[in-house]
Amino acid sequence: MMLDRLNINKQIIFLSMILIIAPFLFQNDFHYEIAILAILNAMICIGLNLLMGYAGQVSLGHGAFAGLGAYISVILTSNYEFTPLFSIFVSILIMSFLAFVISKPILKLKGHYLAMATLGIGIIISIVLEVEEEFTGGTDGMSVDSFTMFGFEFIDSLQWYILVAVLLVFFIWMFENLINSPFGRLLRSINDSQKAANSVGIDVSHYKSIVFVLSVVIATIAGSLYAFFSGFISPSEASFSHSIELVVMVVLGGLGRVYGAIIGAVILTALPQFLTSFEDYETLIYGAIIIVVMIFIPKGIASLKLPFVKGSA
Amino acid sequence: MNELFAFLLSGVTIGFIYTLVGLGFTVIYNSSGIINFSQGEFVMAGGMSMVFLLYAGLPLGISFILAIMITSLIGIVLYKLISISKDSSQISLIILTLGFAIFLRGLAQVVFDKQLHTLPSFVGDGTIEIFNATLSYQAILIMVVSTIIVISLYLFFKKTKTGQAMVATSNNIDAAKLMGINIKKIVMLNFVISSVIASIGGILLTPITSTNYEVGIMLGLKGFCAAIIGGLGNPFGAVAGGLVLGILESLVAGYVSSEYKDAVAFVVLLAILFFMPGGIFGNTKSQRV
Amino acid sequence: MLKKYSVRVLALLFFSSFMVLSANTIKIGAIVAATGPASFLGDPELKTLQLYVDRINKNGGVNGNQLKLIAYDTGASPKKAVTFVKRLINQDKVVAIIGPSTTGETMAILKFVKRAKIPLLSMAGAVAIIKPVKKFVFKMVATDRMACQKVMADLNKKGINNLALISGSGGFGKSMRKQCKDVAPSYGINIVADETYGKKDSDMTTQLLKIKNNKKVQAVLNAGFGQGPAIVTKNYAQLKIKAPLYQSHGVASKKFIEIAGAAAEGVKVVAPPVVVADKLPANFPNKKIAVQYKNDFENAYHTQVASFGGHAYDALFAIVEAIKATGSSKPTKIRDGIENLKNFQGVDGIVNMSKKDHLGLDTKTGMVLLEIKNGDWTLAK
Repeated sequence: MMLDRLNINKQIIFLSMILIIAPFLFQNDFHYEIAILAILNAMICIGLNLLMGYAGQVSLGHGAFAGLGAYISVILTSNYEFTPLFSIFVSILIMSFLAFVISKPILKLKGHYLAMATLGIGIIISIVLEVEEEFTGGTDGMSVDSFTMFGFEFIDSLQWYILVAVLLVFFIWMFENLINSPFGRLLRSINDSQKAANSVGIDVSHYKSIVFVLSVVIATIAGSLYAFFSGFISPSEASFSHSIELVVMVVLGGLGRVYGAIIGAVILTALPQFLTSFEDYETLIYGAIIIVVMIFIPKGIASLKLPFVKGSA
Repeated sequence: MNELFAFLLSGVTIGFIYTLVGLGFTVIYNSSGIINFSQGEFVMAGGMSMVFLLYAGLPLGISFILAIMITSLIGIVLYKLISISKDSSQISLIILTLGFAIFLRGLAQVVFDKQLHTLPSFVGDGTIEIFNATLSYQAILIMVVSTIIVISLYLFFKKTKTGQAMVATSNNIDAAKLMGINIKKIVMLNFVISSVIASIGGILLTPITSTNYEVGIMLGLKGFCAAIIGGLGNPFGAVAGGLVLGILESLVAGYVSSEYKDAVAFVVLLAILFFMPGGIFGNTKSQRV
Repeated sequence: MLKKYSVRVLALLFFSSFMVLSANTIKIGAIVAATGPASFLGDPELKTLQLYVDRINKNGGVNGNQLKLIAYDTGASPKKAVTFVKRLINQDKVVAIIGPSTTGETMAILKFVKRAKIPLLSMAGAVAIIKPVKKFVFKMVATDRMACQKVMADLNKKGINNLALISGSGGFGKSMRKQCKDVAPSYGINIVADETYGKKDSDMTTQLLKIKNNKKVQAVLNAGFGQGPAIVTKNYAQLKIKAPLYQSHGVASKKFIEIAGAAAEGVKVVAPPVVVADKLPANFPNKKIAVQYKNDFENAYHTQVASFGGHAYDALFAIVEAIKATGSSKPTKIRDGIENLKNFQGVDGIVNMSKKDHLGLDTKTGMVLLEIKNGDWTLAK
């Protein structure tokens, strides 16, 4: 047990060091942008990974949850004059409730049916965001006010970077503790065999719901922060494509491995930027990468025997 | 009142296309349990290939055959990719087919282009009037060809040896193996059939709604909804599901809100999944916990 | 000691040569929707920019400095426009930005160019882009409001009072719809139907059926750009709707006629004059430059000129004029230069900018009403 603890702390320290050193390699504001986006995507992926990797529930609609949560935060701030922090808080409450209500019928489904149901919900959400123009600005999106926390306005990219980097480390620490707690063990037992878990008296659907809600909450936080940082939000945040991107990040990195989720997020966020010179081929290359990885490294990049990356599963 | 009939007609027309896409899903699913998330891109490949072959100057009939062959090749490639993949868990295959869909879209952008393309109707611009609603010749063509395809498939599965072998495989794969049926060939053949159906749908649809590299996304998803609404795994289900979906969409767009048209497929999908996961006709393999 | 000294000199020479070299390049950014639902707009815009930047450079550049065009394709996505504008500002460090092609994208990036104090020359349609006036934002194409006015003036001429609107839901369609509803009363026009469709919709039959069955409708105006109006036009003909159909300048491209096919026959389109440059009356103020641009473009690309390319031409040369006039290629100076443009011969018309007017075009030279006959443009009667 002691050794496990040590390992986790070592990983977190290693990650923190990378996060601290990285900015010195950034040459301009744009690099910060990519890094911040990658970190926020990584956060959503950690939650998604919890859902897909540990609770075994596929979600093809998580982009929509992130997007909807973000829109709620933004609309509350812009139209109702709440402070950003409070808006996010309210958004978390609303999204948790929504997620809980949805989880009940959805998590009874399995395999393809669950995937399709999450996809269906995701698409419905994205269409509603597009159509309800008076609230959301429609397909052209809306401008987002700047983010203030206790009176301090976050304008500088460096400030944002510090904020999200700290949050990331916090989420990972929480995640690790969760996985190694009795709750985490319960989750793993459910994932291994639902029937067995049921027979031991575990209320399987209850735990699956909790995980679902947690993953949506993280997505809401990350999505909202992204909107505030970017200064702009549009329904494409909630699109099917975005949801797929997130799933690909998790699987590419390695399902069930938290650092895999981060690796996947970083790679897929940075990739389009490298591909802009091959702009015409961007989609093609993106698709080819997914195919190649799924055929040859289906367990994800983190499963490759790299010395410092240890999965938590 | 005129409106209602017009809405029904346009609903049935697009409904037949959803049927074709849904059938494509069903055929592959029945033989291998795989959900092909790139099915919509096969439809796109058919339409786009046809457009560019015609641009290149080839005559209608030859372009048609070539477009179908190109799409079938794509189907075979997908089959091969799936067979060599190391992990065949559901999530891996979902991502693989999704990745293939993205790849095909990217390929279409590069090989063809990103513009919108249309074709003139294959049977002229005439229309007939029924109860004050106009029905174009192209729409009639769609209905006729789709019906022929559905009937042919039915006969194929019921009457031919290969078809019966396919049914046997989907019902009980182990028994089928014991009977000496070459599973791999069967599955591959199913991919080809699925591609053929999809590409014909794409070709027929182009004169009505135009085509471009992205049309596959929504068509694929809605076709899948159609298959599930009817009952995944049940060919009649795909037919019924497609028509029901097309009509419902059209009615909602006409009487409720045209902006929410695309949402109809998914709302119905959710309703079916929650309350009747077997679909309208029930399916052979229901998966509920 | 000598070694250290010579190293320093070499370093100084090395770096100063870099500075000299880079001082020679004026970086101009462009955000265009070259692909996707607004490709009719962005594609000719991009082609025009590439053609003329090349030409300017071959002729010695501007004030002896070469131009560098850094263009990004957004596919008409406002989200991508935001990403690219940030990239242009922070990474590419451009001195001016041409574009975006669409209203939605333009509105999304306004605050970023404002913060960065870099002049933006939008090629999009909505009047909201320059009203209220924004210090760093200019517009190179006649507004949607002007298009409405042109159409309604024609309706008055034909004695038509009842108009149906069918609009795209993107920024331009939404804005033009609002403008038309706004100016209608002053022309005595009643809006008797008001339908909308989505950016990527492939079928508008349902909306058009409602219009067809509305007995009051005497004419229909489609506010939108790109592929939407082409599909509307096709469906319009399929449904055999008799009322005259008007289109905005969002479709002033041969591509529209190609996609709409035979259905485009008889459709009336408000458009910048360049589309029919050689058919313009001889005394039309900017006929000369319109014809020259048309010939340049068609000779280079072997495809019919589209009005949208004209907006790009005007934007590029406005920047060039501003640099020449102020002798500086600093963003704020370029901005000042553009604001002071007087009697600028644009492809879209004669441009006179001022502090209060960042458009500079007037309805007379900025727009004409065209009719599609035999698959080509003619001046409408």
